[in-house]
Amino acid sequence: MQFTTRGRLMATCLTLALGATALAACGSGDGDDAESGSDGPVSLTYWAWAPGMDKVADIWNTTEGKKTGVTVTVKKQASGDDLVTKIITAAKAKKAPDLVQAEYQALPTLVSNDVLADISSEVGDAKGQFAPGVWQQTTLGTDAVYAVPQDSGPMMFYYREDLFKEYGLTVPTTWDEFADAARALKKKDPSKALTTFSSNDAGLFAGLAQQAGARWWTTQGETWKVGIADAATAKVADFWGGLVKEGAIDNQPMYTPSWNKALNTGKQLAWVSAVWAPGTLTTAAPDTKGKWAMAPLPQWNAGEHRTGSWGGSSTGVTNDSGHKKAAARFAAWLNTDSRALAALVKEGGIYPAATAAQTGGALSAAPGFFPNQPDFYAQAAEIAKTTAPSAWGPNVNVAYTAFRDSFASAAKNKSDFGAALGVIQRDTVADLKKQGFEVTG
Amino acid sequence: MTAPATRRIAWVPTVALLVGALYCLLPVAWVVVAATKSGRELFSTFTFLPGTGFTDNVADLSAYRDGVYWRWMLNSLFYAGFGALLSTAVSALSGYALAVYRFRGRETLFNVLLAGVLMPPVILAVPQYLLMAKADMADSYLSVLLPLILSPYGVYLARIYAAAAVPPDVVEAGRMDGGGEWRIFRSVALPMMVPGLVTVFLFQFVAVWNNFLLPYIMLGDDQKFPVTLGLYTLLQQGSNTPALYTLVITGALLAVLPLIALFLVIQRFWSLDLLSGAVKS
Repeated sequence: MQFTTRGRLMATCLTLALGATALAACGSGDGDDAESGSDGPVSLTYWAWAPGMDKVADIWNTTEGKKTGVTVTVKKQASGDDLVTKIITAAKAKKAPDLVQAEYQALPTLVSNDVLADISSEVGDAKGQFAPGVWQQTTLGTDAVYAVPQDSGPMMFYYREDLFKEYGLTVPTTWDEFADAARALKKKDPSKALTTFSSNDAGLFAGLAQQAGARWWTTQGETWKVGIADAATAKVADFWGGLVKEGAIDNQPMYTPSWNKALNTGKQLAWVSAVWAPGTLTTAAPDTKGKWAMAPLPQWNAGEHRTGSWGGSSTGVTNDSGHKKAAARFAAWLNTDSRALAALVKEGGIYPAATAAQTGGALSAAPGFFPNQPDFYAQAAEIAKTTAPSAWGPNVNVAYTAFRDSFASAAKNKSDFGAALGVIQRDTVADLKKQGFEVTG
Repeated sequence: MTAPATRRIAWVPTVALLVGALYCLLPVAWVVVAATKSGRELFSTFTFLPGTGFTDNVADLSAYRDGVYWRWMLNSLFYAGFGALLSTAVSALSGYALAVYRFRGRETLFNVLLAGVLMPPVILAVPQYLLMAKADMADSYLSVLLPLILSPYGVYLARIYAAAAVPPDVVEAGRMDGGGEWRIFRSVALPMMVPGLVTVFLFQFVAVWNNFLLPYIMLGDDQKFPVTLGLYTLLQQGSNTPALYTLVITGALLAVLPLIALFLVIQRFWSLDLLSGAVKS
């Protein structure tokens, strides 16, 4: 049977390969932290999802790492809430990798599950290189530091410059103007919509609430307070719910083929997004190159300058690592060294959290999709400075799931967004209690 | 309804079957057409209008991270081929034993097995991971392979098939002729069970090929990923990087081809079913 022979051959080949990797893995034994300047051959594994991270790690391996004998191997993962679960499961079995890429909102979950180590003594000095609002997310308001910020996603307003001109719309600076623009457009051409309210990414809504001043998770001593249904968030929910209800904007989710089409054909004229939007637009709306422009997010009160953040991640060191100091040094290098940051921007397409790297270098030219806005990154850096602080808790994933469920039906049925918000609050509090946290509110 | 003299087409079942076929084939057709579109065309041209980018897509996919896609395909072939083979062997042995031998606890064992069939493998993935980690085997090829070898469904099928295809008389005759139990199984029963075992193999192969959660939990090293997991990393690259849709669609199409080939090759064994059978009943 031809089949079996091939199977056997393959098996032999792969068994050999397996043997080789098993041998290689032996090198990363979990010896003690015998660290000083150079600490002999140390091999670290790093779970990350950013494209090209292996190439950035190679720079370390041939320079800094070579000097100190620390080799980093990147194992590329799929990002998202599932990865957080996977890391926690691995940590339960004491098999977590030395380093992990983690989104800011996942940090409290990882810390409360005892996955991440406090690396303040190794990376504390890097604090000054990041905006305070960004750094604060990695300390969780304590004296500890659980990760080094890598990229950030300050939110911005993207609009079709040409179509705004065609329909006589002005770029909104406040949310009231934003609503007026949506209504004016609907009046002129009912087949178009300014934008859509999407229920499939809670990160966007969280960022908008953050801009409005919401603080979803806060602590008083040992007690958590959940403020998902607070006044600021309710204001945001009612605003978008009202626009959906009166039909001023669309209610279809983002990132679907029909959403791509709506952006590509100009059926939707604007997108509330973050600094990484050019990459998404390049694939979603390839025919609209050079027709978009970026502006600061509309404000709740005229004259204010605040934005939220959507996305962004950090590099953490796990408690399972046998070489925490070496790992922390790599994390600090990766996110503060100018060569590393330049490579992250070039290979990974990230927007660096380190303020020095947000202008100049690889970000001195505008994104290729925005040739009409040469000072794109200069403006972006200004906006990034106005990022409002965020407040994440240990069960963001639960709140996000509840958001997707309750807002999907609210958006579809054009029903009360405030009620949907109440559901998230209730589910999040219930889950925290179930996990054994003390909760008020 | 009276039977008419001339044969008429039964419209209701025909239409129902056609709709069913359409329902199953339409997504496949979509994948085939979408794989030919370039990133520019993917969401902008008519859904079923073939694009111009198929060769570029395949080239891009092969170039992605130095051809890691093909490594994932080889991994999948290894997990599915080797795993299904081992699983079929185990199923054949245990199914035969359960069907032919009478021993105390046989029915209990079989009932436990049936309960295993009802248990979705998904909920076992995390406990299996913790076990593998204890044995220091997490994140290895074996960690994915070992849990796949024992398939309750495979054993169940093999038992049912052995009970039907291997008559007790034949086993008895073998014993009379002085054959050992292993010899009887190997030379007499196994050939009779081949069509059933081919089915078990096929089921297992497809199940492993499509398996996602078990390797997802077991494996951290992307060089050991099967193709399902690999394509998932192309989709989930973080919020600031768009999903590589064209590559994922092309990759999904290419990943279906081995399954189609397998079905075509193995079809021959099924027709043997009618010819095999040693005793007249």
